[in-house]
Amino acid sequence: MKIGVLVSEGPYTHQASDSAYNFVKAAIEKGHEIYRVFFYHDGVNNATRLTEPPRDDRNIVNRWSELSKQHNLDLVVCIAAAQRRGIMDANEAKRQGKDADNLAEGFRISGLGQLVEAGIQCDRLVTFGD
Amino acid sequence: MLHIVNKSPFDRNSLESCLRLAKKGSAVLLIEDGVYGATKGSSVEVKVQGAMANLKVYALGADLQARGVADRVLDGVTVVDYGGFVDLVADHSNLQSWL
Amino acid sequence: MFTSSENIDPDDEGGVIKKFMFVNRKAPYGTIYALEGLEVVLISAAFEQDVSLAFVDDGVYELKKGQDTKALGQKNFSPTYRALEGYDIEKLYVERESMEFRGLTEDDLLVDVQIVSAAEMADLMVEQDVVISF
Repeated sequence: MKIGVLVSEGPYTHQASDSAYNFVKAAIEKGHEIYRVFFYHDGVNNATRLTEPPRDDRNIVNRWSELSKQHNLDLVVCIAAAQRRGIMDANEAKRQGKDADNLAEGFRISGLGQLVEAGIQCDRLVTFGD
Repeated sequence: MLHIVNKSPFDRNSLESCLRLAKKGSAVLLIEDGVYGATKGSSVEVKVQGAMANLKVYALGADLQARGVADRVLDGVTVVDYGGFVDLVADHSNLQSWL
Repeated sequence: MFTSSENIDPDDEGGVIKKFMFVNRKAPYGTIYALEGLEVVLISAAFEQDVSLAFVDDGVYELKKGQDTKALGQKNFSPTYRALEGYDIEKLYVERESMEFRGLTEDDLLVDVQIVSAAEMADLMVEQDVVISF
């Protein structure tokens, strides 16, 4: 089955990103296809590579990046939500005249249409948020 | 339809609204702080038990265990793991998260 | 305000038309969910899907007449709900119980909506393909 996932909260403050990660892992183990994980609202904060949690804590951002690498997951960050919150890839930073970018490996920035498209293409769309 | 509730019923009205708007025969999965709604002896116990006449209620085991309440789950509530969560999503033709 | 760069073609969804319901349960301004939820609704219009909006719980406050955000320094986005018709988004449902619990009547709302009972709202929800809540 084709499953899309929407993550609406950032890492650490809310459990949403942890729940989404555990759900996605379990879905892949069961042989389902994760069509896309879309990050919206404060969920875009899951995509900053500047995250550096204490060593005894999980690294939520790296965990998504690694899962993406292993399973070729499409991790999409909403561009409008990302710009509000200071999440940029190198191209966008250049375009906006910023002196830095911070998008983590495995994530890409795109439009909200990617969420609607996931809703159309997937058999199920599961939302994790606050 | 599968309804997913992730808020404590003592903090938000998500569970209450979900129970009001879930049609008979639907499933309700409690995750994160939502699992407190599946525990014995609370002030929402009667409400949740009443709802179980029309709805099937599930709770995520990992969230129950993390919160130290895995030993006081209401009778009639089915505890599932993340794989069971995935199965519930696959087995229902549509779903909604009560954020 | 509601533009974002797209690299997919909304016309290229193979003619699939699904029933999308956006469930609004949060009040405006206190959190961003209502505003960013509306952004998704507007984008969805480009995909020519069967879109409806449900206003439940504090979501009904999104439609309260007379919003004035000047002193907040936030943009008042409430006029956008009236513009939805221009995007062919015409199915707006407000749950009667949620409205009445909050001391509101239909006259308090800034746009024409269908007021439905909890049972009617439940029927509408189960017939959707995709339900996205904000």
